[in-house]
Amino acid sequence: MAKGIWVFAEHSDGSVRKVTFEILSEARKIADKIGEELCAVIVGNQVEALADKCGPYGADKVYVVENEMLNQYTTEGYTKALTDLVKQHQPSILLCGATVTGKDLFPRVAARLETGLAVDCTDIGLDDSNQFFVKRPMYAGKAYAEVGFSDATPKMASIRPNVLIPSPPDESRKAEVIKVAVEISPDDIKAKVVEVVKIAGEKLDLTEAEVIVSGGRGMKGQENFKILEELAEVLNATVGASRAAVDAGWKLQSEQVGQTGKVVSPNLYVACGISGAIQHFAGMGTSKYIVAINKDPEAVIFGKCDYGICDDLFKVVPKLTEEIKKLKKD
Amino acid sequence: MNIIVCMKQVPDTEAQIRVKPDGSGIVDSDIKFVMNPYDEYGVEEALLLKEKFGGTVTIVCLGSERAIEAIRTGLAMGADKAVHLDDPAFEGGDAFSTAKALAAAIKGMEYDLIFCGKQAIDDDLAQVGPALAEMLGIPQIVVVTKVEVSEDGKKAKVNRQIIGGEEIIEVPLPAVLTAQKGLNEPRYASLPGIMKAKKKEVKSVKIADLGLDPNAVGKAGAKTQILKMYSPPQRESGNIIEGETAEETASKLATLLREEAKVI
Ligand SMILES: Cc1cc2nc3c(=O)[nH]c(=O)nc-3n(C[C@H](O)[C@H](O)[C@H](O)COP(=O)(O)OP(=O)(O)OC[C@H]3O[C@@H](n4cnc5c(N)ncnc54)[C@H](O)[C@@H]3O)c2cc1C
Ligand SMILES: Nc1ncnc2c1ncn2[C@@H]1O[C@H](COP(=O)(O)O)[C@@H](O)[C@H]1O
Repeated sequence: MAKGIWVFAEHSDGSVRKVTFEILSEARKIADKIGEELCAVIVGNQVEALADKCGPYGADKVYVVENEMLNQYTTEGYTKALTDLVKQHQPSILLCGATVTGKDLFPRVAARLETGLAVDCTDIGLDDSNQFFVKRPMYAGKAYAEVGFSDATPKMASIRPNVLIPSPPDESRKAEVIKVAVEISPDDIKAKVVEVVKIAGEKLDLTEAEVIVSGGRGMKGQENFKILEELAEVLNATVGASRAAVDAGWKLQSEQVGQTGKVVSPNLYVACGISGAIQHFAGMGTSKYIVAINKDPEAVIFGKCDYGICDDLFKVVPKLTEEIKKLKKD
Repeated sequence: MNIIVCMKQVPDTEAQIRVKPDGSGIVDSDIKFVMNPYDEYGVEEALLLKEKFGGTVTIVCLGSERAIEAIRTGLAMGADKAVHLDDPAFEGGDAFSTAKALAAAIKGMEYDLIFCGKQAIDDDLAQVGPALAEMLGIPQIVVVTKVEVSEDGKKAKVNRQIIGGEEIIEVPLPAVLTAQKGLNEPRYASLPGIMKAKKKEVKSVKIADLGLDPNAVGKAGAKTQILKMYSPPQRESGNIIEGETAEETASKLATLLREEAKVI
């Protein structure tokens, strides 16, 4: 019978991504309830050093799957590495972060394993008879669903970053590290990455940012985004935009928040010169705190925010940056 | 080049979504349905490639009778023909069982490239494209913003969005590409296009035509089930911060963010 809860431990630039710790912490509770072990799986090349990071968040074991061909993420290489290991050990549950990588990898893995996958979940847990189930938004968050699984295993889910709360790490907890070799030949990877183009200035992906400052049509022009960047700097935030701002060419498509952009759930979302259209709200409505700065008292966004300032953003935003700087100094 | 575009009909983005009181689904009687916006990019890219390389563009759609409207929109944009999987047995599925039916229909067709949308904006799965690629045994590239097909039509160079930039990927064809906004500007259906679309072939496909077990597709073949739907908690109207000057309101806001919300 399938046994064990596994978490695909995603890493980039030599560190394990935070969402992995969020998932391990929550999965630990489930593992304890059903009496199964919790394992992390790290796939890559020369990534063994990362294994120690998973124990403190609750992993009992860490599988380290290494191969030179896994140096760079490819759908085919990683799918093979992960599915081979899953077939061998047959875990009951397999989880990952709903990140750019998780969203590419898990659908392929689920199809190969002929099992169920719930994506972009905002909660995971057990029902009254200890069956695994998840909660996930649909219709861009206009509705939610509780989703259960057929008997096929592993039951798979990807979980949205920033929604589960990581436990404080227990540094005395050590996980058993198991190294696994995987055979991958160049022929296994048909879609090859030939180049990576970095966009300067874009630091943290919006979906993983804890604080987002967004601008809309009210920003009036590309050059004005400078005041949002200054606010973002003091808040350690990532800058986003409404579709109107993206369509105007002021911001990149990858910076659009909303139903046809990124769906985000930061702790704090500051909307500047954004009216709060249904498609925009669908992308940020699950933010913990929403601040709206808009000069129109009738703007829909005022009905859905935690704090609002009804004034000219060009006056308010620079002042807000100053005030926060002051507070942070104290 | 023979190109397939997988297309789904979904509620318009403007639609207010109301969950039925018993949580069994959404109220869809008063909703306007349209072609999934990401699939429009797929149709457009297929048409651009056809203009360059010749060949055919075929729409494949699994959905109820109602979906014919979205299929006609695709045909009016310029697609040549369509395959409509309109057997009730196909409906109510998840990504796995939907991809299973689509794969079975596509297996018998000739294709060099398959477009899907990045995700369908109703169930937001972003899963059918990769599952279909796996079932057909071909590569996938998801969240694609640019496609360049080589002169001989045998491979493609594709840009895909990643964190902080883009990857450029080379892939032999056939492959499944999932279209992201920014790939192109979808054309509108012209009046002559709409007239012509009426005469284009829409082949209806039933489960018996694909030789599939009814338990393998639709609701019966799904690996996940929606147990219950519910509405998200409504956000309350906010605290509008009063003040004489921008300085005063900004200061009040900064203090609230620190002391009440504890986010800075
Ligand atoms: C299929 C489809 C998909 C869509 N997907 C998305 C999506 O993913 N994301 C998205 O954002 N939109 C999306 N939209 C568009 C959406 O409907 C709105 O058009 C868009 O969100 C409006 O952007 P906005 O709020 O920036 O602009 P507007 O609605 O024009 O609002 C601008 C606001 O700025 C305020 N303002 C102006 N000047 C100032 C000033 N000096 N100080 C303070 N406030 C000021 C105004 O009062 C106004 O409220 C989609 C639409 C469709 C049809
Ligand atoms: N019922 C369907 N019929 C045809 N194509 C579909 C169907 N469902 C999903 N797709 C395709 O898969 C993409 C992603 O859908 P999803 O995985 O449901 O988010 C869509 O944009 C379509 O291209």
